[in-house]
Amino acid sequence: MAPEDFIALLPLLVTALSSLGVLLLAAFHRDHRCVAVVTSLGLAAAFFTLPVAAGVAPRQVTPLLRLDAYALFYAGLILAASLAVTILSYGYLEKQEGQREEFYALLLFATLGAMTLAAASHFAAFFLGLELLSVSLYVLIAYVRTDVRPLEAGIKYLILSGTSSAFLLFGMALIYFQSGTMEFARTATLLAGTAALPSIFLVGLVLILTGVGFKLAVVPFHMWAPDVYQGAPAPVTAFVATVSKGAMVALLLRYFVEIAAFRSEMLWWAMAGIAVLSMFAGNLLALLQDNIKRLLAYSSIAHLGYLLVAFLAAGPLAVEAVTFYLTAYFVTTLGAFGVVSVLSKPGSEAEALDDYRSLFWNRPWLAGVFTIMLLSLAGIPLTAGFIGKFYVIAAGVESSLWVLIVLLVGNSVIGLFYYLRVIVVMAADGRRDVRPADTAQAPHVSYADGLVLAALSGCLFWLGLYPAPLIRLVQTIQKGVTGS
Amino acid sequence: MILVWLIVLLLAAGPAAWMLERRGSQWPRWIALGALAIDLVLALTLWTERETAVSLSNQGVWLADLRIPWIPRFGITFHLALDGLSLLLVLLTVFLGVTAVVASWTEIRERVGFFHFNLLWVLAGVLGVFLAMDLFAFFVFWEVMLVPMYFLISVWGHEHRMYAAVKFFIFTQAGSLLMLIAILGLTFIHAQQTGVVTFDYQQLLGTTMDQTVALWLMLGFFAAFAVKLPAVPLHAWLPDAHTEAPTGGSVILAGLLLKTGAYGLIRFAVPLFPDAAQAFAPVAMVLGMVGILYGAVLAFAQTDLKRLVAYSSISHLGFVLLGVFSWNAVALEGAVMQMLAHGITTGALFILAGALQERLGTRDMRRMGGLWTTVPRFGAITLVFSIASLGLPGSGNFLGEFLVLLGSYRANVLVTVLAALGLVAAVIYSLAIMQRIFHGPADESWTAPDLSTRYLFTLGAMIAVQVWLGLYPQPVLDTAGQALQNLRGFGETTALISRR
Repeated sequence: MAPEDFIALLPLLVTALSSLGVLLLAAFHRDHRCVAVVTSLGLAAAFFTLPVAAGVAPRQVTPLLRLDAYALFYAGLILAASLAVTILSYGYLEKQEGQREEFYALLLFATLGAMTLAAASHFAAFFLGLELLSVSLYVLIAYVRTDVRPLEAGIKYLILSGTSSAFLLFGMALIYFQSGTMEFARTATLLAGTAALPSIFLVGLVLILTGVGFKLAVVPFHMWAPDVYQGAPAPVTAFVATVSKGAMVALLLRYFVEIAAFRSEMLWWAMAGIAVLSMFAGNLLALLQDNIKRLLAYSSIAHLGYLLVAFLAAGPLAVEAVTFYLTAYFVTTLGAFGVVSVLSKPGSEAEALDDYRSLFWNRPWLAGVFTIMLLSLAGIPLTAGFIGKFYVIAAGVESSLWVLIVLLVGNSVIGLFYYLRVIVVMAADGRRDVRPADTAQAPHVSYADGLVLAALSGCLFWLGLYPAPLIRLVQTIQKGVTGS
Repeated sequence: MILVWLIVLLLAAGPAAWMLERRGSQWPRWIALGALAIDLVLALTLWTERETAVSLSNQGVWLADLRIPWIPRFGITFHLALDGLSLLLVLLTVFLGVTAVVASWTEIRERVGFFHFNLLWVLAGVLGVFLAMDLFAFFVFWEVMLVPMYFLISVWGHEHRMYAAVKFFIFTQAGSLLMLIAILGLTFIHAQQTGVVTFDYQQLLGTTMDQTVALWLMLGFFAAFAVKLPAVPLHAWLPDAHTEAPTGGSVILAGLLLKTGAYGLIRFAVPLFPDAAQAFAPVAMVLGMVGILYGAVLAFAQTDLKRLVAYSSISHLGFVLLGVFSWNAVALEGAVMQMLAHGITTGALFILAGALQERLGTRDMRRMGGLWTTVPRFGAITLVFSIASLGLPGSGNFLGEFLVLLGSYRANVLVTVLAALGLVAAVIYSLAIMQRIFHGPADESWTAPDLSTRYLFTLGAMIAVQVWLGLYPQPVLDTAGQALQNLRGFGETTALISRR
């Protein structure tokens, strides 16, 4: 390997080294704060190597990984999200009992896996990244062992994730059988002349889509999401909802664009069906929830449905829309789960809707952050979520997907019901029943947590008010992927 | 630049009012009042300069114009511009803003800072709507009005405030999203034809497209505006929202938010899709006529004072819908006059209803009666606005309704004749207000203080404006007419078939 290869790999290498460092540190010097700081520094360092790596991009490092602007952008997104999760986890784990240090090593492994997925250009890298991410997540989800629900969630995730990996492997095998290669680019050249995809290849693709669908928690592969979201520690939920899904979307988008998968109309319709079902199931089931974490789980199912609408639009605008939407979704989801995490008390998470009653008057800042996050999820202007939705609708309109767009809009209106419901509960009158004991008991927000929430709120407004810089960035990475 | 200042001032005063609440609850009130007073001065400056400004501006269309690049990827600019129509509505916005602050002076006692923050931001959104000439910016402002209004209703409203607030939000948002699709559809059709992606109003004017597509896109805009206006099948949110909102919120809802719907029709829905609008006009006119009669009948049936005024709004705004879709000089000027006069009259009636509720603790007119002897000033001022609301000559409402009917008579005789019946119904429900509250036997012997000087001053100013609109409307009609003339209208003709 040439030195440039190592430079291109720097973000991954730094993350890998930090995870080893954290493991060693935990073995010799068990100190929660120290480990958390090292993890944060490692992630920050990896983040700051991105510009260095961008200097040699685009670069194919071994047949497995392709480090181009697209991969680096998603790596940046993943690293930033992981950093936020790390900081939130510190505050969260401080309130829990037991060993805390290994948590961070696992988080770093999972981050590494996610970045591998974003850069994968080969089925081997795809599978390696996926397993690295999933295996770390099994443990992370069940990390708080004093309660029964994280364990339940962990087992559920383990079994379903294992099953989906099996589907995925079988799909890869079929594609390998048909094309004789596992490289995305070679597959694309082999298929270049054909108007329709060969049927075995198509079956393989559908199986892969099944495996990916589990990870993305789109209908009908969504059954695990509410339970796992509810059971996992809030920061881990944030990680599952953002990093794990984002990396998968990045890979799927790259693969589908590269092999022009939508030349198969059947595949397009299957995907459209998934999108529509996800939107409706997510939004309608969210209406019935009294648990914030479950509500956000169903809402994220719906959001992946919106995202798939942009995905289906195809063309350069689709890549842009997906990337922008995902960025906005990252910011918003991290912020929402961040508030849930900060509000959690030792032994009990703030997940019941009642925990948020009159929050506006007891904890105005936290309630304010939560409100803007919910408004962003609902796609109200001045927030990142609006520009994201605007992008998605623009992509859909450009490709004349009128039916999908109208369904998306209808679903946004359904979505308003449950987002507003939470806001209504938070704004509910607390004047008569302010219990001083309650406010005293409410956990103190540490500076670090406050900083994370403030930064996320800042990003939310920045993307909502002046998205031009990010749009320029997204446009350049789109050119790298679609070549136009 | 003055256009930006109008908006930025309110946006900045909002957080200031919120933060300085800790210094004392008078601070937010004075900050809000001060910001709006400065805005009023700025708007009046624009008014006095309106004659010279037209000839000076190079476009000849705008009295003031401002463009700042915003999102180049989609050709979005932050484009604000002002013509006579916008100017009148800006003046109305700022004026009613001041009255809303004054009307909330004693009513709002809880979380005063946050209240004024929301109040100022709604007003900023409304100003933006009246000034934005970029469809994206317009949409953003359109939505900016929404969230603060939601809070105004849900936090400071009356008994069923949560229900009303959520209903209001969802109705409006559903309409807005349909408009968003239509905006994007229009943009992409324009881009396909010219290769230029832009959201600029003037560039999008005159985009040619298939008749069916145009109709669908027009309906997207119409949906959003008809919800706000409200046109009849989409009006269900209005009685609840108006009734449950605090006084300041009701004033802004009825006086301004409804006008944004009417403004949208005049500025965007018809000029962008003139042929589709013309094809749709008979339906819209019938909807307007139905709204006039339906609103009037239901207004009479109400026992809740605020609800009565809310239904009367549906009736009055029906005239606007009728006038806009008749699309001739007389009807359009009538519609604009009706918008202004209705804003003042209904705003005043909501202030009176709010003040009455503050004193009596109820809005139920069945429990009132014979109040004239107790609160004579109340009675006298309510009388003025009730007869304005019923459209007595000398009031702006009369002029508006008269011009609308005069204009729509040319467009559709039958609809106009039926709509004219609304005038009779208006007499009945308007006088019913007087009858039920101030006359008749006093079953419950209320004791209440009469209107304070602060109210007298505010309401006096509103009477003055109302009388001015009614007796010397020419400057207003000229200012509006000049702007309306520049709008693209039905067919290939420009808006005004004939000038006086």
